[in-house]
This record gives sequence, structure tokens and C-alpha cells, in this order.
Amino acid sequence: MPRVSRSLNPGYETQEMPRASMTRSTQWLHAWLLLLPAMALLALFTHYPAVATLWHSFFSTPKGARPAVFVGLDNYRQLTEDPVFWQALTNNLWFALGTIPASIAIALLMAVWVNGNVAGRGFLRLAYFTPTVLPMIAVANIWLFFYTPEYGLLEKALGGLGFQTHNWLGSKSTALACLMVVTVWKEAGFFMIFYLAALQSMSPHLADAAAIEGASRWHFFRRVTFPLLMPTTLFVLVNAVINAFRLVDHVVVMTRGGPDNATSLLLYYIYEIGFRFWDSAYAAALTMVLLAILGLAALAQFWFLDRKVHYQ
Amino acid sequence: MSVLLSTDMFTLIDEDAIVPFDPLLRTPEDQAWVKGFYPAFMENSQTGGNIWGIPFQRSTIVLYWNKEMFKEAGLDPNRAPATWKEMQEYAQKLTRRDASGKVTQWGVQIPSSGFPYWLFQALTTENGVPLMNAAGTETYYDKPEVIEALQYWVDLARKYKVHPEGVVDWGTTPKDFFERKMAMMWTTTGNLTNVKNNAKFDFGVAMLPANKRRGSPTGGGNFYLFKQSKPEQQAAAFKFVKWITAPQRAAQWGIDTGYVAVRPDAWETPAMKKYVAEFAPAAVARDQLQFAVAELSTHDNQRVTKALNDGLQAALTGTKTADQAMKDAQREAERLLRSYKK
Repeated sequence: MPRVSRSLNPGYETQEMPRASMTRSTQWLHAWLLLLPAMALLALFTHYPAVATLWHSFFSTPKGARPAVFVGLDNYRQLTEDPVFWQALTNNLWFALGTIPASIAIALLMAVWVNGNVAGRGFLRLAYFTPTVLPMIAVANIWLFFYTPEYGLLEKALGGLGFQTHNWLGSKSTALACLMVVTVWKEAGFFMIFYLAALQSMSPHLADAAAIEGASRWHFFRRVTFPLLMPTTLFVLVNAVINAFRLVDHVVVMTRGGPDNATSLLLYYIYEIGFRFWDSAYAAALTMVLLAILGLAALAQFWFLDRKVHYQ
Repeated sequence: MSVLLSTDMFTLIDEDAIVPFDPLLRTPEDQAWVKGFYPAFMENSQTGGNIWGIPFQRSTIVLYWNKEMFKEAGLDPNRAPATWKEMQEYAQKLTRRDASGKVTQWGVQIPSSGFPYWLFQALTTENGVPLMNAAGTETYYDKPEVIEALQYWVDLARKYKVHPEGVVDWGTTPKDFFERKMAMMWTTTGNLTNVKNNAKFDFGVAMLPANKRRGSPTGGGNFYLFKQSKPEQQAAAFKFVKWITAPQRAAQWGIDTGYVAVRPDAWETPAMKKYVAEFAPAAVARDQLQFAVAELSTHDNQRVTKALNDGLQAALTGTKTADQAMKDAQREAERLLRSYKK
């Protein structure tokens, strides 16, 4: 273990740890052994499947007695000509646009609100976090009845205000928006927890100083709180982007990708191709597209936002 | 061994996943036994001279109607519509709107989420046209009678306004019925026990209305034997299949769920006879079997069916005309089936 220079860490004691007998190679061995379980899991469940998927996407689907044959870029060509794929991709991008800013904004607002000295804030925090805890399949079934035309909860509320009945999940124009609402409802509580933790770790001196200076609450939020929350925002943003592509349980339960592929999301389409049609080669090609999108999103976020984030 | 959709027969054969039952039907009793199932159910169970599936939980679509609403509308509560024209006319009398013009009660509801092709096949059968050939290599989505059938469905919503617009959810349709949201619904006979337990009003069950003829597709699942099983396992599976489709058990299954007991001798058991005497609707789906046809089933079944599903949903939501939707669906199906037409 190298000695840390005294000037950097005044409190550090300079006595050596009782490992003077270890050689460098033993240290290396220990290091690799410690890394091995995590690395094995990562390789087995992430890297190997990714490489295998890439490999399989260049072959055709094996069917029964017929083995897979090399077809080069055929699956990708099929992808570009497939209107349902483009529909699913467009849907997913709209879905991301609709859920990411909304869930983050709501989470931030909720966190700021329940951070203060509000009466019953423990209960409020519980109420906000409950959607996250409930399994998506179960709540999606409940939301299905919320959206039911005529006697669903939403219809009753709108009917009371004099609106006409509407087939929310059965119309191409509103089905995707309805799913977005369910997603935001589910995610916002989860992100709120992270913001709440970050807010509570903020020094109270900052608020006091702002009060003394006479800064308005909005000014304080915009110039002090929000920039200090940037690490959390980055983390939450990465999560939100992943979720926008990952959460398809509600599609399975509520619309099955319909009406006419209006709510088909990329991962749902991959599931349909891979496990309903059993076209594993085409599903592999689609998976590579999804991986590419997520990879680019991750790169963009870490490169772009990292510049704006101040770490304490 | 497993219970899987009867329509996936071709796909399972192509995947080399199943073996036919014929090698196991050695004794004369077994051969007689296998002939004891309703022929309508065996249509999706046989191909190429082999028996690939044994019917287990099979159904047809039936029309449920709310007798109270019929009476309120001045219709004979004990008579269901027998033709397409009657159904449309009854539905017009049964649709109620409130003062602001909002519909409070629909005349008829045919679900179209998830697998609209199944309910659509009832309409096409009633219009006298098949949707595919027996070998599962061709589809006929763009035949004029098929487009006509789709137009009737679309018109119910858009022209006559007696049916909800857009895609109607399958799962919430029975509850809609209980909530008196509509007077007539088309759904599986498998929902019969559910409706019996939950409808707080007098209801009737009838065969679907005819146009050129009566008709319904069959539905549901068969037993299949998997290829990757040892001979002892296959023998045991066969024994189980024979046991569970025995008349008294098939009858019990039918009573408990509403699925059609798959053998005529099941309907002759005392338990079933008693049930039918007390609850006549139980026999409607069975009586409809004489008009039933094989469910839509082709090679690469799920995808070929999805082409039709998408087209139906496009027409029902008004995105495409019935004509365009079916022509597009047919083109897609032909593309998918090209490699199987040898």
C-alpha cells in the first residue's frame, strides 16, 4: 500500500499496515481474486450475451432441423424495411421524451416539498414512494380499469366535468400518452428518494446564508440547490433513459402493442419477435439496435453532463 | 406434454418440437377413443394424415345478451338476434344516450384487443368464406366477403353507432357486461361460468347471428407431445391425456369453466345432463359446433395472424379503410408464407 503524502492528508498516520511480507505478485493475485466474482457475473450476463447477440444477428434463425446459416447484413436490411420496427422506434423516442423530463421534474418538486417542514411529511413520502414498490404487472391491470371507457375512474371524473366518453387505450392518438402517464406515476417516486437524500445532505448553512442575503426561494433553488443536485440529476437521468427503453410490462398488460402498433415499444417488439414468433436472428439484430441506442445515450450523458456536474 | 394453442400446430411441427399421437394409438380401443372427439375440434388437431393434438380446453364464441335491457327496449327478452341485420337493428334499439348525446349503453360490443382475428373469423365464417386453407399455406384476407365482414364490424361503430369506437379491450368486456355498459357481447363460452357468477341480471346465451350461414371459429388449447421426451414419458403422458379427457372429467371441466366438453359422451354423463337441465346456456356452444370451423392456423402462425390483427385494428380505429387494411394484411401474409408453399 503506497504511502499517502502528508501534505494531502494531514490526519493520516504514516505507520505501515502489517502487510510488509506480501510481494507484488501476491497482491496482484489477491486483487484479481477479489474482482473475479463480480467480473464473472458481468462477463456471463452482460458481455458474453452482447457479443453472442451480435454474432447471431449475422445468421438466420435456426428452425427445427434446419441449422442457422450465415446471411451477413440480411437481418439489418430486413430491419430497415420493416415499418413496424420504425413505428416501435418512433414510439419509443416519443415515450422517452414524454416520460423523462416529466418524471424528473415531478420527482424534484416532490422532493423539495417534502423536504421542508410539512405536516404529515412521513405519510406524504410513503404515498409518493408506494407506486414504485408495487409490481408493474399488478398496477397495470388496475390502470387498465382506470382507463376503461364509460365506467373507468378517469371517465367518471371527466364525465362529471362534462367531457364525452373516449376509448383511451383503444385509440391510436391517446394510447401511448396513457402509457406515459402510468410510467411517470410509477417512476417519479423512485427518483424522489434520490433527490430527497441529496437535499438532506445539503448543508443548512447555505439556506441560512441565502436568507440573510435576502435571496428569494426561487432564486435560491435555481442558483444553489439545483446546481448542487446535478450529480443526482445525472444519476436520475441515466436511470430514466434506461427505464424509457426497459419498462414494457404495462405494454404487455394494457395494450399488447396495439392498437395497430401504436404502443409498440422497441423492447416489446423484440420480445414479440423473439418469443412469440421465435425469429431469434431478427430479434438479435433488433437487440443490437437497442444496445447501440442505449450505449450512445450513456456516452452522451456522461460526456456532456459530466462537464456540468460539480462533485463535492 | 403440454396444453398449447390448437392454432400453433403448424409452427410446432416446423420447429420439430412435437410428435404425432398415431404411434401410441395401437389398440382398437385407443383408435376408437380418438374418434370420439367432436370433429370440429379435430380440424385444428390433424394434418398430413397424422393426429398432432388432442382437444382439451376448447371453445366457440357465443353471444351473451342482457334480458332486462331487451325488455326495456321493447324487444322479446327470450329471443336473441339470429341474423346480422337483426343484430344491427336490435343494437340500435338498445343503444341509449343521455341528454348531452353521450352514450350510456351500447347495443353490442365485440372485443378487438390482442387477438381480434378470432372474433373476426366468426364474422367471416358467417359470411361464408374461409380465411385460410387446410394445409396452412395460404390465406384469403382480401377476398370480397372478408372485406364485407370487416365493413360490417366497422359500420356497427361508425355508421350505426351502436358499438364503441376504436379497439375494445377483451379483458374488460365481461365486466362491461356486468356493469350494464352494453346489451350484447361476443366472447368465448369459456367465460360462461364467470358471467353466471357475476351478472346480477337475467342473461341469455345464443349462437352467433348468421349472415349467409351461422358460424364461429373454435378456440382454445390441445395437448401436444414433445419430441424430446423418452418413450416411457410419452406413454405416461398419453395415459394422462386419456385420463383427463375421460367423459366425467371433461364434463366437470366444462361445468367449472364453460369450455365445451370435448367429447359427445361427456355430455351424456349424469352430471352434465343435470347441469344442462338447470342451465341451458351451457349447451349453446356445443350446439354451435355443427356450424363451427377450424380456427385460423397457418405456418408461422403468430406472425401471419399478427398481420391480420394489425389490419383489423387499423380499420377499427379508422386509420385505414377496410379494403386497404385487408389488402395490406394479405400482402404481408403472402410474404411470410412464401417459403412454405412448396
